[in-house]
Amino acid sequence: MNAFEKLTLYLQYPFVRYALIVGVLIALCSSLLGVTLVLKRFSFIGDGLSHVAFGAMAVASVLRLSDNMALVLPVTVLCAVLLLRTGQNAQIRGDASVAMISVGALAVGYLLMNLYPTSANISGDVCSTLFGSTSILTLTPLEVWLCVILSILSVAAFVCFYHKIFAVTFDESFARATGTNAGFYNLLIAVMIAVIIVLAMNLVGSLLISALVIFPALSAMRIFRSFRAVTICSACLSVCCTLAGMLIAVVAATPVGSTIVAADIAAFAGFSAVGMLRNR
Amino acid sequence: MAQLACQDVSLGYEGREIVGGLTFTVNAGDYLCIVGENGSGKSTLMKTILGLRSPMRGEIVMGDGLRANEIGYLPQQTAVQRDFPASVREIVLSGCQGRCGLRPFYNRDERRLAADNMEKLGLTPLARRCYRDLSGGQTQRVLLARALCATQKLLLLDEPVSGLDPKVTAELYRLIADLNARDGITVIMISHDISAALRYATHILHIGERAFFGTRDEYRESGPGREYLRFHGPKGGAKP
Ligand SMILES: Nc1ncnc2c1ncn2[C@@H]1O[C@H](COP(=O)(O)OP(=O)(O)OP(=O)(O)O)[C@@H](O)[C@H]1O
Ligand SMILES: [Mg+2]
Repeated sequence: MNAFEKLTLYLQYPFVRYALIVGVLIALCSSLLGVTLVLKRFSFIGDGLSHVAFGAMAVASVLRLSDNMALVLPVTVLCAVLLLRTGQNAQIRGDASVAMISVGALAVGYLLMNLYPTSANISGDVCSTLFGSTSILTLTPLEVWLCVILSILSVAAFVCFYHKIFAVTFDESFARATGTNAGFYNLLIAVMIAVIIVLAMNLVGSLLISALVIFPALSAMRIFRSFRAVTICSACLSVCCTLAGMLIAVVAATPVGSTIVAADIAAFAGFSAVGMLRNR
Repeated sequence: MAQLACQDVSLGYEGREIVGGLTFTVNAGDYLCIVGENGSGKSTLMKTILGLRSPMRGEIVMGDGLRANEIGYLPQQTAVQRDFPASVREIVLSGCQGRCGLRPFYNRDERRLAADNMEKLGLTPLARRCYRDLSGGQTQRVLLARALCATQKLLLLDEPVSGLDPKVTAELYRLIADLNARDGITVIMISHDISAALRYATHILHIGERAFFGTRDEYRESGPGREYLRFHGPKGGAKP
């Protein structure tokens, strides 16, 4: 009863409601694209891009830009396009370039933050950018609207191009040979994932974004065997886990990001167990 | 004008030429079989025709208003990952992509076409099965059904009968001959089954040391044809 009362109390605060809305939307978008990214062998792109976003964020705060998004979003989108493009030609090169950009951006970002400190508590700043501590609870209405609009655009784009994305993911050379503009859809996927990652940084922080992208897709793939079922299941699962994680975090006063990821891991364990039982 | 014209094309990888001086034309309604030894460059030629690679020299021109989304294609190997969750129906339907244009969803005609092609290749009972759980011959049939869905004017097949049992093979040859004769669809097929090639094809392209392009009767009389048929043909390839 106690926990329930605490929850109703917290839900009266607008910032908690904002956080829940944003969290659910981000979870939905990231899991939709997660299926494609996992199947295209780009599980790590989330990680790489979030580190790029971290580096850009550091640059933005060193430059004392009033609006961080104005720098972070374009830089991340650009890197996403470059990374997915090299990936098309050679598997190993794509893999290595993700690692290179990811580690490089992280190091440069941290270096800049230390060289030109903007606040007294650098390690606190860094920690909250990496693990997303409280920023989700300090969202302004403007940020909430931005997030809502971008998420709706992403989901709409995904639904409209669902069959094309399937064709390009399943067999890119067939799609290309039979007149589908595979390059354009790869670009679209890259832009969408970059946008979602920048949004998700507020929620779970840059170190944990990959979890949001890959866990729901991997869990759904344990049980379901068609692309549509996997996509739908992974979207539902991601929304449920994020909601559960955030509510638990509010009640138990644990860090939001890592609680969500813990919920995702628990779901993965459950789905794996069910999948193993069914295959026996 | 011809539907497809290759003018002195050379193909190769990383600057190393594999075949050179290929010149041939394909007219609407032709049935061309490409034959040649392993590694002679047949699949490479097909990928070049499809625009997946560019030729080292020469050019390939598509005429007759042929557009890429009117082409069906069966690859020799697909780089599909083993753990891809996709049902047979989803894959066959994805062949209709070229017909959709920018429309986001498949319409009823496209769904019917996919169902018909699955029926023709005996895939209806497997429609809901997962692609990764199928046998080699079954996956080949799925990809064939997808290619048939994509075909509106031109069908390119890279060793379509490899891995198929004799019954399905015979049905497939009949199906393709039917498409070619009744719907006027141009067929370009790579095949090692020389007797079937001589039975169905109107033209033969032989790739190798001594290249040849001509009608199948010319091929039987030609130098490379005789030599090839001596090893591969049915009893010297004498009668059709
Ligand atoms: N990606 C590649 N990089 C370099 N060389 C290649 C590549 N793919 C094929 N080759 C070479 O090109 C030549 C032609 O290959 P291709 O696949 O076109 O042969 P093919 O005629 O289709 O043979 P098969 O009858 O075995 O299918 C071969 O010698 C092969 O080693
Ligand atoms: Mg080949």
